[in-house]
Amino acid sequence: MSATNRDQLPRGAAGRGTSASAYIHLRRGLRQWGEALPYLALGVLGTSVFVIYPMIQNILISFQDYSIMPNAVNTWVGLDNYRYAFEDPNQKFLIAIRNTFLNVLFTVPINWFLAVFFAVLINMQFVRFKLVFRTIYYLPIITSWIVVAFLFRFLFASGEYGFINYLLYTKLGWISEPIGWLQNYWTAMIVIWLFHIWKTVGWGVVIYLAALQGIPLDLYEAAEIDGAGAVQQFRHITLPMLGPVTIFVLINLVNGAFNIFPQVYFITKGGPMDQTQVIPSLMYTQAFTNFNFGYASAMSVMMGFAVFLLTYTQMKKIGQQRLL
Amino acid sequence: MRVRSKVWQLVIYAVLLMGVVVFIFPFLYMIMTTFVKGAYTLPRPYEIFSAVPNLDNYQIVWNRNHFARYFLNSAVVTAVSMAGGLFLGALTAYGFARFQFPGKEALFRLFLLTMMIPGVINIIPQFIIIKNLGLVNTYAGLWLIYIGGGVVGSTFFLRGFFEGIPKELEESVMIDGGSNFKIFWHIYLPQSLPALGTLAIFSFQGTWEEYFLALTIIKSEVMRTLPIALMMFHDQHATNYSWVFAASVIALLPVVLVYITFQKKFVQSGYNDGAVKG
Repeated sequence: MSATNRDQLPRGAAGRGTSASAYIHLRRGLRQWGEALPYLALGVLGTSVFVIYPMIQNILISFQDYSIMPNAVNTWVGLDNYRYAFEDPNQKFLIAIRNTFLNVLFTVPINWFLAVFFAVLINMQFVRFKLVFRTIYYLPIITSWIVVAFLFRFLFASGEYGFINYLLYTKLGWISEPIGWLQNYWTAMIVIWLFHIWKTVGWGVVIYLAALQGIPLDLYEAAEIDGAGAVQQFRHITLPMLGPVTIFVLINLVNGAFNIFPQVYFITKGGPMDQTQVIPSLMYTQAFTNFNFGYASAMSVMMGFAVFLLTYTQMKKIGQQRLL
Repeated sequence: MRVRSKVWQLVIYAVLLMGVVVFIFPFLYMIMTTFVKGAYTLPRPYEIFSAVPNLDNYQIVWNRNHFARYFLNSAVVTAVSMAGGLFLGALTAYGFARFQFPGKEALFRLFLLTMMIPGVINIIPQFIIIKNLGLVNTYAGLWLIYIGGGVVGSTFFLRGFFEGIPKELEESVMIDGGSNFKIFWHIYLPQSLPALGTLAIFSFQGTWEEYFLALTIIKSEVMRTLPIALMMFHDQHATNYSWVFAASVIALLPVVLVYITFQKKFVQSGYNDGAVKG
């Protein structure tokens, strides 16, 4: 970067704040911007228009009785949309919040456990075809949400010809009658959870596999010489070495579970009777089916703030971790 | 970790294979279902298990409901947003990685903060912006959101790779009097092909299956993309799972093929400064 090297001023001169050095400082800054701008301009513009401005507009809309009709007058209604979210007699928003928390509570621990479990098994020294296992476990991740949703609706179809009912009722006889999986609240929730876990567990497996492969083998060899068995090695080497990755994985799993949307929208459409809705699916339906844009925006603002606070505080805790 | 006992090794293999069955079986069941003919009611498991492999349903689906057209639409939408998004992401990442300018880290941090807010909540204002631009029901509107909304992620992913490129490489271009853009084009892009490739796969998959924005922006029937067509097809022929799954398999095929072809070269995003070679 010869351009910047040439511009290296004595630090003190710039810091003293005389008008001359401030001027040089400013000119240098402008020239640096001039060099970088051709590369940044489009990206910054795109982000401003399609990410940052929408966030601001979301907040504005949430205080309005908003209509997308041309020439419509969008009256300011203060906190009405927010109040409605909590005072709605059908309690849709509260139900969506409850479901979101249930989703996190049920899927994160199971997802996490399965990820560690399978990664550790695949990584065992004697296991062959590691790449094949990894590819297969990762396969659900790359398949589209819609198709997997069709598949789960099909497998969990009601009546004795849905595969799961066929298996549990006809073949194994574990249940006394075929279950109408998607017709009842709790069974529908279970299907949503299983769908989410099945679809996403491969991600954790792959991340943990990469981390496990980073643990030096001589640690295990040393432990073996000291007479440590497999279980002891796992407890005293593998688990501690996986600490930082575990934080990373957990944060992502929690956020993933908070953002459950296609899982609900494609499997139950929020049904039965809006009982399985989560905030994004409720928001989308309220906006684009019922055209309640203000109300939908109020919900999305609340969710945005909640997820932001959650992620931000977690990120602070683990410092400079770069997340994607 | 070493497990010496043969019995334990067998148990572990058995558990791993059980995992394989759980992950693979639904796909197999789906493919077997596409072989069932004339399934107007929910096909029964024994019909599915005894179906003889054939491509009749694929042929029917491909010729029905302009499915080929939707496939093409999706290909066009995906190709442009992938190329555009990749180029814009690389350009922006280069701006952050190679130049010093006041406020750089603050700007980057602002970028990062937007990533902590779930993108789905932006869908309402994004729709309103596209509507005000008069781009509802055009691919241009869709491309703008896909590309403009995706810059942050790809910039973030690529910046780390770009910063790892040795500065000495630039000198050869600099000696020839090359511009910054030449350095970008002849050094940075070729040097980070694995990262760009990985990003391309993510972007391909993400756009190919994107549903909600496409549904919101695209209104006319002939312009629909594959996921929307699939969903409509499913709603129309809800019980004819043989057709629905034949259509699904066709839609899945490109992504699965791309993934299996490139998966050895995959660069994992995530742990360890954005890049762990897996």
